[in-house]
Amino acid sequence: MDIYRPASWSEALEVKRGAPESVPLAGGTDLMVDLNFGRARPQALLDLTRLAELAGWDRDNGRVRIGAGVTFTTLIAELAPELPGLAIASRTVGSPQIRNRATLGGNLGTASPAGDALPPLLAAGAEVEVASAARSRRIPLEDFFIAPKVTALEGGELIAAIVVPVADGPQQYSKIGTRNAMVIATVSFALALHPGRRRVGTGIGSAAPRPLRATEAEDFIGGVLAEHDLWSSGAPIPEPASARFGELVAAAAQPIDDVRGTVAYRRHALAVLARRTLAWAWSDYRSAA
Amino acid sequence: MSRASTAPVAPPVAPPKEGVPVQGGVGTSALRPDGVPKVKGEFAYSSDMWDEHMLWGATVRSPHPHACIVSIDITDALKHPGVHAVLTHEDVAGRKTFGLERPDQPVLASERVRYRGEPIALVAAAHPETARRAAEAVHIDYEVLQPVTDPEVALDAATVALHPSGNVVRHIHIAHGEPDPEADVVAEATYEVGMQDQAFLGPESGLAVPDGSGGVDLYVSTQWLHVDREQLAASLALAPEEVRITLAGVGGAFGAREDLSIQIHSCMLALTTNRPVKMMYSREESFYGHVHRHPARLNYIHGATTSGELVFVKARLVFDGGAYASSSTAVCANAATLCCGPYEVPNALIDCYAVYTNNPPCGAMRGFGAVQACFAYESQMDLLAAKLAMDPVELRLRNAASTGTVTPTGQKIEGPAPVAELLTRVRDAPLPPPGSPGTPDIRELPGGVSNATHGEAVRRGIGHAAGYKNICYSEGFDDYATARVRLSAPAGEPVVEVHTAAAEVGQGVATIQLQIARTELGVEAAVLRPADTSIGSSGSSSASRQTWMTGGAVKTACEAVRERVLSTAAEVLGAEPGELYLSNGLVMSLELGAVYSLAELLGDTVVEATREYRHAPTSPLDANGQGNAHAGFAFAAHRAVVDVDVELGLVKVVDIATAQDVGMALNPQAVEGQIEGGIAQGIGLALMEEVQVIDGVIRNPSFTDYLIPTSLDMPPVHADVLELGDPGSPYGVKGVGEPPVISSTPAVVAAVRAATGRALRRIPMRPDDVAGLTDRSPAGEAPREPR
Repeated sequence: MDIYRPASWSEALEVKRGAPESVPLAGGTDLMVDLNFGRARPQALLDLTRLAELAGWDRDNGRVRIGAGVTFTTLIAELAPELPGLAIASRTVGSPQIRNRATLGGNLGTASPAGDALPPLLAAGAEVEVASAARSRRIPLEDFFIAPKVTALEGGELIAAIVVPVADGPQQYSKIGTRNAMVIATVSFALALHPGRRRVGTGIGSAAPRPLRATEAEDFIGGVLAEHDLWSSGAPIPEPASARFGELVAAAAQPIDDVRGTVAYRRHALAVLARRTLAWAWSDYRSAA
Repeated sequence: MSRASTAPVAPPVAPPKEGVPVQGGVGTSALRPDGVPKVKGEFAYSSDMWDEHMLWGATVRSPHPHACIVSIDITDALKHPGVHAVLTHEDVAGRKTFGLERPDQPVLASERVRYRGEPIALVAAAHPETARRAAEAVHIDYEVLQPVTDPEVALDAATVALHPSGNVVRHIHIAHGEPDPEADVVAEATYEVGMQDQAFLGPESGLAVPDGSGGVDLYVSTQWLHVDREQLAASLALAPEEVRITLAGVGGAFGAREDLSIQIHSCMLALTTNRPVKMMYSREESFYGHVHRHPARLNYIHGATTSGELVFVKARLVFDGGAYASSSTAVCANAATLCCGPYEVPNALIDCYAVYTNNPPCGAMRGFGAVQACFAYESQMDLLAAKLAMDPVELRLRNAASTGTVTPTGQKIEGPAPVAELLTRVRDAPLPPPGSPGTPDIRELPGGVSNATHGEAVRRGIGHAAGYKNICYSEGFDDYATARVRLSAPAGEPVVEVHTAAAEVGQGVATIQLQIARTELGVEAAVLRPADTSIGSSGSSSASRQTWMTGGAVKTACEAVRERVLSTAAEVLGAEPGELYLSNGLVMSLELGAVYSLAELLGDTVVEATREYRHAPTSPLDANGQGNAHAGFAFAAHRAVVDVDVELGLVKVVDIATAQDVGMALNPQAVEGQIEGGIAQGIGLALMEEVQVIDGVIRNPSFTDYLIPTSLDMPPVHADVLELGDPGSPYGVKGVGEPPVISSTPAVVAAVRAATGRALRRIPMRPDDVAGLTDRSPAGEAPREPR
């Protein structure tokens, strides 16, 4: 196995152009497990962990551009005010050692439906900035995931950054696992209130071949909030409406039975999490108003 | 940990001396010799061993749970550059099979494989990855057979026999008291226990070094050096003295290292290549490379009077032993003999089966048959209490065993059996405060950091359970331990050296041996030689027996050394040996005080004694399951307080109160560690730990998907440690390691039942079950007639 250790981002892109089969290493908390279990034997590894260009974030025009090499520890410590949903999700990732090592770009590149960062980024309306030696482009996150472990990255492309609008309202993330920490999601759900746009964003994890938005549920609850002018009044969301929201979220999922849970439980739990996160976020919105 | 304030019964063996107690002796929380290196990451585990010239071994395993082997072709594997040997069953020089209780398991499969992961061929190569790739190049043709994966199907006479002896590994029938007694109230249910893994962190590993003249030295993490050697010598066709085993650093055991893993394989490769060979399983391979706790299905009928006196227990227990016998026969015996619980049961009719299937082999795990039974009988006590409209603790108290109780095998319990006191203590322990109002800390709620609830749908439940376990080996087994103790004064200071083959597997037997030597000889400087086979057997680090057994051997050897030293001193002084004792490096006289420094008395002499220790003999069970099968019993009780998110089925164990009689706490901190660790494993079985096997294939062979409790899943433990002194053991000790894992599980399940109102007759409970989406409780049915 060849291991490339570029010293700069431009060098990394050059290496990737010359060796498109090389697998990026951006923390290694998924990739090294695959290697150890014999599930992956890549021809070449492209080590991105040393690249300073990927390790920082900045704020620009209402958006945060997060370098692909930013760790979950950094997301928790530095970005909780701008991206509270992502920060909550980051706190549920693995152990402190894993969070010190694992990166946001790695989470996107692995493209597991259970990736904890993905639902809150979907709910927030994030884009992925990808680059090759020749060009750079932005892909809406919901178009980035094609299938389990398959992304829209083309040969020669690497993830450069994730661009996320700064939260304009309360955000929540909630997941289910069979223990109280260090657990891969049986199912997860993220919710973001966008009072400015009068919209509600959602993201579903671990309940379909790829992370999803529950667009019908988003439209429904957005409609309820508009119809009753709840954004302005801050009145409570009627119970039947939040229940219906939960049902629509559950209906958007395409879960399977596996070692972590059953179809029935995943749908049931999604509906519960959707109702609860909506209630928490709405309560925060009302108390902030 | 609080230690019981009730006056302990005086230990049966009077302390050997008076005077100032030695530092680090018996009864103190002496530091572990391996403690600091382990915390600092400097401890050498078996997987850390290295030899400059070593090769790496790899194992070719069956992908099928049941198949005939048509052919094995090693040609391509041998051609791999860097490969030094590829071995099959043809290369097994001696006995082709091995096994703890019966040698029914092929060293390397030849004609038939009986479980997914069964070893078929071995590779030695210069690099581990080369060995793995060459292993993939061993071509094996199979004729795939239908696997037998349901133990009830395996019991059916029409089912194919997986072994020449049939599919019943063992059947124990117990008939006690009246055959058909009348009861006013009857409770019947069926329970199921999933397959738990020991989940040790250090994978199977070892280093085999050929000695150049046909013998081999093996450094390996194991639980019983001598039973390993016996099996190695037989299969390698060597004399026992040609196979020398030294214990390497053990990263946890819990029963999973009782059976052989890499032992014979690494020695075969080393003897063939004449090079040291290291083998180390990956985590996934480890799940296939060791036995697990038996899954079990347990049907019970309890009968009682209206006032709540137990009249009878009828039970039919079926344990899935998997493909090979391992220790199934002993697990079956424990389950059968302990299956009525620590209660007065005048009439019992029990049938317990251990059966062969094509599932992964099952064998020893902490609790060893008592765990499955306790989950069922304690659930039954709660069910019966509900039928009687009685408080469940009150029902237990009314029937609690005590000294003199006769168990269903006709054995009278000698020594303390404080079941009622243990239950009362946990019932009366202070309760934790109710969940905090206002904005709660999510780490204290079900789901923890996953942020699943902020208090919605959270209900509290409380459950109680008691359990018991036999200590040491049973059924007439010649159970002994050997110790050599050597007292000298090499640099003008007395030093005691202890040598045994007892396996330190993390439980603390190394510390205990040193503590005993210090106390018995009044010498603080005590050192332990590495455990190896140059000394006689210590028996296994299992059955909660090492402190009792090897502790007993060390104590006896120390007594012999002390006797010799004191008689020498008595001769020199013209005194009676009975007037002298040892204390803090001095020979003391009852009359005169210090009369000699021990170093001075010893000079250049070395006083050495080797002794074997045996517990009182036990006897086999007869055709009706009657006999004094057990050497002793240990008792514990648990109270669990849980918070349950009843909508999502997630559980947070809030608090565990436990009371346990440990006989005497030789090392109170180690006792506390055993109690807390055992409870963690018990909580794991209640809530999450299951090797999921479908059609004979493990679906979750990783710590990503085989979950064990984290610190957020482990509640504070309030342990009430009683020291009531067992009359039959050194210092009055009882085994400590197993009782905590036995009744903690049913206590947690009872608490979740109390919070949810659900039956929950299968463990581990899954969120689906707790939330009421599924009911995987097996259907209740009358026990079938014994076959």
